[in-house]
Amino acid sequence: MTVKYTREHEWIRIEGDTATVGITFYAQEQLGDVVFVELPEPDTAADQGAEVAVVESVKAASDIYAPVTGTIFESNAELSDRPELVNEDPENDGWFFKMNLSDTSELEDLLDEADYQAFIQEEL
Amino acid sequence: MTDLHSLVLESFHVEQDAKFGSFAGYRMPMQYSLGVKGEHIHTRDAVGLFDVSHMGQLLIEGTGATKALEQLVPAALQEMIPGQIRYSQLTLNNGGILDDLMLTRLDGEYWGLVVNGACKYGDMDHLKKHLPAGVTMRYLDNYSLIAVQGPKARRVLSEMIPEAEKLIFMRSTQTLWNGHDITLSCCGYTGEDGYEISIAKQFARELAEALTQLKETTWVGLGARNSLRLETGLCLYGNDLTTDTTPIEADLSWSIQKRRRTDGGFLGAEIILKQIKDGSSRKRVGIKPEDGRTPLRDHTILKNIAGNVVGEITSGGFGPTHNGPVAMGYVSQNLNAIGTELLAEVRGKDLRCTVCDPIFVQHRYVRNLSH
Repeated sequence: MTVKYTREHEWIRIEGDTATVGITFYAQEQLGDVVFVELPEPDTAADQGAEVAVVESVKAASDIYAPVTGTIFESNAELSDRPELVNEDPENDGWFFKMNLSDTSELEDLLDEADYQAFIQEEL
Repeated sequence: MTDLHSLVLESFHVEQDAKFGSFAGYRMPMQYSLGVKGEHIHTRDAVGLFDVSHMGQLLIEGTGATKALEQLVPAALQEMIPGQIRYSQLTLNNGGILDDLMLTRLDGEYWGLVVNGACKYGDMDHLKKHLPAGVTMRYLDNYSLIAVQGPKARRVLSEMIPEAEKLIFMRSTQTLWNGHDITLSCCGYTGEDGYEISIAKQFARELAEALTQLKETTWVGLGARNSLRLETGLCLYGNDLTTDTTPIEADLSWSIQKRRRTDGGFLGAEIILKQIKDGSSRKRVGIKPEDGRTPLRDHTILKNIAGNVVGEITSGGFGPTHNGPVAMGYVSQNLNAIGTELLAEVRGKDLRCTVCDPIFVQHRYVRNLSH
């Protein structure tokens, strides 16, 4: 199991050829209280970088992008009733969707944890 | 980038862990450590403190000031008693709104105005242009304005300023606090009971520190100030009110008293009075999504069931006390009845929504002291 990060503040946990995607602790902190999450339907094919979900906080709506190319096969239904899970446990129970990977070579461009931490230090 | 003005209390807000953003040309506290939702809920439950010193505080005085002001706002001013406050709008010849404001009759021909920060310089140009010789305008740039809002504001502020206890909604008094002149006004923009305190800048920190020491107070940023006003159906100038919106379209006809409806005599009266009589082609309403979940944001397009564009959301988001989406916007006259079904275009999809009262959370102003 490997966890990678994007510059759009998503985490992606890779197990074989499937990946679970959510937003980072830093991202939820920046968003503030999450009040609504719009998730993709199962069997949604997405290219890397495509807008596939929306997270709304008390402040604004933000797009969530597919971190890699693939087919989304499951969304976290729990978030419909409890969007606050994104704040409470962003990197576990607050996951957004799961996808099958089409091209594992895309993972090479993503950040590892140390690189991501360095990246958010630059943003601060 | 243009230079932002700093509030005189900026360093104080930094000490309170404020996160800043720019608004109306000022670096303003957007939120503190409680966050937007926490600050919002705290204001509805207890007391919120707001630094709104970006707003324009103006004094208008001189023989004929009252009549001169009546030519610029549709509120009836001549009947007001000293210490009374009224909400009104600076109107234009087209019936549009240059700004909305609070007017306090400090005394006979002596008026205090509080206007929006983003509009204040334009408002001053407008006032200078229209006020006759002998009526003077002074910009109180050297004064801060601190709002104290919430159901416990009356109780806690009275411990510090005894005059607060008996001051009812839309009344103002000039008094002393710790030896400093203050103007204490019972008004605000959260829908709650509360006050605004005007004080010379050099004493603002002393006041802010004393308010912070009061029980159950917390500092609240512009983020929650926006959700508090939106949830209680109060208009934000620039979003819900513009130079192309009339007070009637904005559903503010309650702020135009009877004499002014009959006699007119203010800029844009011809158009505004005709709209009172015949109705306007569009009206401000509340909008709620039928799914009860999806926030409808500013500038969301509204359509009728047939799919034709009939209006737009002008302010929308999430109301923490309502615990759901809250929004207001403008729709065509024939579609403004409560319960009318519409479609809101959200991210390319048409979402079912309904026209509702824009007041999602009831106002709790203290209009009398009988209870």
